[in-house]
Formats: sequence, C-alpha cells, structure tokens
Amino acid sequence: MRTLLFLIQKEFLQIFRNKMMLPIIFGVPIIQLLILVNAATYEIKNIKVGIIDYDKSTLSQKFIMKIQGSHYFILTNNYLSTIEGISAIDNNSIKALIVIPKYFERDVLLNRNPIKIQLLNDAINSVNAAITYSYFQQLFNSFIKEEINKNSIEQPDNINIIPRFRFNVDFDYKKYMVPGVLVMLITVISFVLGALNIVREKEVGTIEQINVTPIKKYEFIIGKLFPFWIIALLEFTIGLTLGKLVYNIPIVGSIPLLYMVAGVYLIILLSLGLFISTIVDTQQQATLLAFFFLMIFILLSGLFTSLESMPKWILLVNKINPLAYFIQTIRMILLKGSGFWDILPNFIAIVVLAILSMSLAILRVRKTD
Amino acid sequence: MDIATTIEPQKYAIYARKLVKKFGNFIADDNLNFEVHPGEIFGLLGANGAGKTTAIKMMTGLLKPTSGILKVNGYDIYSESEIIRKSIGYMSQKFSLYEELTIYENIRFFGGIYGLNLKSIKSRAEWAEHTFSLSGFMDKRVSNLPLGWKQKVAFVVASIHNPAIIFLDEPTGGVDPSVRRNFWDNIYQASINGTTIIVTTHYMDEAEYCQRICIMDQGIIKAIGKPNELKNKFLVNTMNELFIKIVRN
Repeated sequence: MRTLLFLIQKEFLQIFRNKMMLPIIFGVPIIQLLILVNAATYEIKNIKVGIIDYDKSTLSQKFIMKIQGSHYFILTNNYLSTIEGISAIDNNSIKALIVIPKYFERDVLLNRNPIKIQLLNDAINSVNAAITYSYFQQLFNSFIKEEINKNSIEQPDNINIIPRFRFNVDFDYKKYMVPGVLVMLITVISFVLGALNIVREKEVGTIEQINVTPIKKYEFIIGKLFPFWIIALLEFTIGLTLGKLVYNIPIVGSIPLLYMVAGVYLIILLSLGLFISTIVDTQQQATLLAFFFLMIFILLSGLFTSLESMPKWILLVNKINPLAYFIQTIRMILLKGSGFWDILPNFIAIVVLAILSMSLAILRVRKTD
Repeated sequence: MDIATTIEPQKYAIYARKLVKKFGNFIADDNLNFEVHPGEIFGLLGANGAGKTTAIKMMTGLLKPTSGILKVNGYDIYSESEIIRKSIGYMSQKFSLYEELTIYENIRFFGGIYGLNLKSIKSRAEWAEHTFSLSGFMDKRVSNLPLGWKQKVAFVVASIHNPAIIFLDEPTGGVDPSVRRNFWDNIYQASINGTTIIVTTHYMDEAEYCQRICIMDQGIIKAIGKPNELKNKFLVNTMNELFIKIVRN
C-alpha cells in the first residue's frame, strides 16, 4: 500500500514537471469543447437554393418570397432553364434547385391533385439532402394549405401530427452534442495518456530500474492509473461546468451517479491505454494503435450517428465498446434524469469491462522478458 | 530489512550451471558455469557483444534464461525471482533515473518501492549525501546533472535498500578517468561493508580492481580467476595483454 503512494507521488511529480503536459491535458479539451460542439450539429441552416419559375404568376412569386423568408434557405439565383440550374448544382454554387412548373397557380387555385413542384437536390451528403427535402416539404405543404384554406370553405381532410419532444423540449442539438463531445474528450485524453505512459519508461530505460524491484504488478498498474484517473475526472468536471455555463446543458439527473459511472468508465479507458503501452515498444506505435481503437470506439458508439440504425453485427461489436455504454448512460442521466435503476444494465456492463480491462493490463505487465 | 543475513554462509551469491540464453538463433550466452562468493567484487570482462549484459540481465531477473541453472542469493531465478529482487540492486548502463525528478525524489521513489519507510529513506538520503558528497545538490533535477553525477545517483539508487548483491552494468561508461577512480572507491566501500559486487566493464584497468574476473567472448567464458593468477597462468604482464591473448586464441 505504501509502495503505491510513492508511485502515485512520482507520477504526479512527473506530470506537473512536464511543461507541455498540463496545457495539453486541460487546455486542448476546453478549446475543443468550445469549438466542436458548434461544429458537430445536424441542424442545417442557410441551404443555398436556386429557383426556376416557369409559371411566373402571383402565386409562384408569393411562394418564392416564402422561401426567401425562411431561415433554412438562402435564395441565391433565379435561373431560366433547368440545364442552367443543374450546372449550378454541378459547380457547387447551389445545393438544391426548385422548379416551379407552368400552371402552378392554376392547379393550386383549382385544388387539383396532385399539385406539382420539383426539387433537384445535391445528394453528395445524403443526410443533408434528406433534411433539405424534409424542410422543403414542410414549407411547401404549409404554403399550399394556407392558399387552399384561403380560397375554399371546405377543409382538407389532412391529419395533423403535432409532436411533443420530451427531454430536449426545444430540440436543441447542443444539448445532445455537449455530453457526447465531453465524453469523447475525456476518452481520448485518458486513453492516450495511458497508452503513452509505460512505453515512455521503456524508451527512457527507467522501466528496467522498476522491473528489478520487488514491486507487484497490480501496484504498478494502479500506481500508473490513479493519477490519470484523478486528472480525467477533473477534466470531466471542467467540461461539465463549461457545458452548463456556455451551452446551458440541462443536468437533470444526479451528479454523484454521473461521477460514479464516469469513475468506473475511466478505469476501462486507462487500463486499455496502459495495456497498449505494455505491448508496444515506442510511443509512436502506441499513438497509432491508440487512435486505431479510438476511431472504432467513437464511430461505433452512437456519438455522431444513431445506434438504432446500425446493422445488427455492429450492435454486437458495441457490446464490448465502453464508449457506447457510457455515452448512452451520460445522456440518460444528464438529459432524462434517469436514476440508478434505469442505468443499471449499462452500469453493470461498464463495471464488467472495467474489471476485464484492468486484469488484462495487470496480466500483461512483464517484469522479465 | 537486513537481507544479507538471509544468506547461509555455505551458499554462493551467484551459482550458474550450463546457463544459456538464446535470442532466436543467436546464442548470446552459451553454457556459462561460474559462481560468485558473497562479499566479492566480481568482474565480467569482454568486448561489446560478448554477452556480459545478457548475463547480468538474467541474474537480475530482467531476462529469462533459455536453459540452465541459475541461483541468486541461494534462490532459484525461475521460481523465486520476486524474493531475489528484494535483495539485489541494479545499475544499468543508461543510469536509468527519472530526469524530471530531483536527486532526493529519485532516492525517495526507489526507496519507497523497495518498501523503506520515510524515516529510513531520510537516513539513506543523508548517508548518500555524505558518502557521495551530494550535499547542496539533493534538490537539483537529475536532468541538469553532469554524467558523473548521474552515475553516483544511479549507484545510490541501486544500493538504497542495502542489497546483498549490487549489479553494475558498465557503470563507468562515458565518464572521465578521475571520476571513474572515485567511483571505484565507492564500490570498494560497499564491498568492505559486505555487499557482493558484480560489475561488467571493458576497461582493462578496472579489471585490476576486481577480486576475481571472468573473461567472456562471443557468449562463452574464456577464463575465470583472480587477476594475478590469470596473468601468471597466461604468462603476461598486463591485463591488456591477458585480454588480447585470451580473446585472440
């Protein structure tokens, strides 16, 4: 036990003496949190569209004005022919082209079904294209409905769905992204710090001096893990505070519960990092290997994409992805206010992974080559 | 904490029989048979690649022998390496110290790992300060020290827990002759206090300081014995001639 204290003391001294270490550990994630959250949004605004108006009627002008008034679209140009409009999509000056056909006004006024309008959509980014389409459809439907209601007494037999968004009432992407980005940042930092640590002692040669001592393997791993664990939790705290102050993310659930999950989760990442550190011979190898795993963890985790739409086999892979459990749990606690019993299945998985990865790291420590 | 008393007098500090270490097809140490008596200064001599460092790494438990018997302080290296580690000290050729830490912090850390309490660490630090004239420098970072100083600190770290055997792997590499001379005074002092010293070197003058030497070449022990006896046996006057005669044959 006393040995452990000496180890921890030494690790802390090394971290604080290294001039680059603290700015990297604390500065970089804070800056990233301030930038990334704004960048990682699915909300699409300012879509550049062009219009071809073959109808040239009062109603078509009115529709064009409606488009101009929407903050989703920016009307950049009027084109005279479809070919001209498509070439504008080709050279990226617009993302979508709206074609108003002849007799548009007449069809609307006579309530002829279906009323036709064309949207030519740049689908290089399929998600953006789908969102553009749905924004446009909403805009168009509401326009048509207004016009028809104005001109006829009979009500269209449309069913209106009025959704109510729970847990994130104002449908704010930042509330969804801040916890995700925060999780990603502490994941990257703890994993990389772990991965670089032991191998650095190998490179400098101090590991030999440690290996000739009677130090126990578990003492060695815990001594390495603990200082970074504290640092990562501190970083989590800073990130959470920033999220509250800058982005006003809701913290509905219990903070101790949040820390309990984060604490166990960090043990997994640090252990896996240290495990990598024991296999490799250079810091370069450690970095590359760490980023390979991080990419997989992050992209499969549901941080940026929806888990529900992933193929089944990926969901199976995610059964051993600590990040997937953690992101889900953090969002549950922060946004939904889920309690201990709600998150229990996830928490058990995190605990099991923590035990496994820590055992892996301890077993892999070699005092004798 | 006094480990020296755990060795029974009839036992050797080191006992090696048919000791072999292979790296793939390369035989680094081939069929080594030797023993070292407690309290002795035992030198392993040889050119680079002779297998000295490999031998030391096997004795310190850093490398696992491919085959053969190896006992350190009477304990078996294969099954009792954790017990062995408590009673040995090791100083590598790289003087592996934590550069970001001060001399005292290095001493405290390694003392702590060897299970010393703060009081013993403090008294060992005072001992180091006087014996190696480190006073005034204990709070200097190792990264700012000249090589000769790092060497002294590395020796202090290797002997912090009063081990029964200290292994020194080319301890004087890269330091100037006067510093080397001083360093050997420290080795003698430790030996007088009963510590067994096992040292590798390729400086022939240093071989004269050893009570017994073992000359190695390409993984094989070519000769073993007291420096003067070996010189008489091979009819030469100096260590240099002895070494050249043995290795060239």
